[in-house]
Amino acid sequence: MENSKKFIWIGLASALIVAGIFSPFASSSPDGLERVGEDTGFIEWAQDNIISSLIPDYMVPGIPHEGVATALAGIIGVLLTFIFLYGIGKLITPKSKVKEGSKV
Amino acid sequence: MHIPDGLLSLPTLAVTGAASVGGIGTAVKKTKEQLDDHKIPLLGVMGAFIFAAQMINFPVGMGTSGHLIGAFFASILLGPWASALVLSAILIIQSFFFGDGGVLALGANIFNMAVIANFSGYYLYQLFKRNERGYSSSGIVAGGCISVVAAALAAAVEIFLSRRSELMIVLPPMLFWHIIIGIGEGLITLFLISYIAKVRSDLLLQPVVNKEGHHGK
Repeated sequence: MENSKKFIWIGLASALIVAGIFSPFASSSPDGLERVGEDTGFIEWAQDNIISSLIPDYMVPGIPHEGVATALAGIIGVLLTFIFLYGIGKLITPKSKVKEGSKV
Repeated sequence: MHIPDGLLSLPTLAVTGAASVGGIGTAVKKTKEQLDDHKIPLLGVMGAFIFAAQMINFPVGMGTSGHLIGAFFASILLGPWASALVLSAILIIQSFFFGDGGVLALGANIFNMAVIANFSGYYLYQLFKRNERGYSSSGIVAGGCISVVAAALAAAVEIFLSRRSELMIVLPPMLFWHIIIGIGEGLITLFLISYIAKVRSDLLLQPVVNKEGHHGK
């Protein structure tokens, strides 16, 4: 396989492994902003999102096992992001505007 | 670092929202001018990988965690404008589908992470001399760290302008935690770039954008 294509597949596979296998083991401690918000009090202003999201808190609803729900959410997010950006790229980039010697 | 709804006042949301709309518009225009169509899969895969990496909160001690922003990482490989587009797309998906970062606060989050983190890291990194493999290790750690600290500074100022707290109360702890998280950002970025230098050195040795006079080399 061509080097550049192989790199894309390796990148996508790594993303799926990180999101689908590692994500359930991520730290659940508050992040820097939440921590400061708790310590100084401004977090009390925080509200739920004005729209209800399909996969709140990176857990696919209806799945009893938290780790599996998180892993699935990660895989969905990775694929969604890839497709979204690939689509935007196709939409805005004119065809074969390629300089010689450049490859991707 | 994702600001939830409710935290920022209406004027702050309006100003950061307008800045983000302008930023995305420019990013689309510049990406259109600068990105080879061969790099479209790279755009997608960078987004996918950074989305995944942002799920991985790493502990930074005393019951606090942080995660990669990834804007600086993407700017090294794609240039800062395409990176802004990648981060904006991720933040939009996180906000609408996963409830991470408020929908109303989306403009502020895009401003902090897709614009401030991105360009601060990118421009600091340009000051460093690259090695023969196309990158600078110290520059990457510095760029990664400054990108997180600058975004945290922006968030602190937005919280202050929204009258949710005093600047001198919010700023010191925000800087403290995000310097630590920023060192993590720098080290993770260095790990990723040194891997890419092994398998796809052309991505680091060629200019990231294809027009003369734009951030060549």
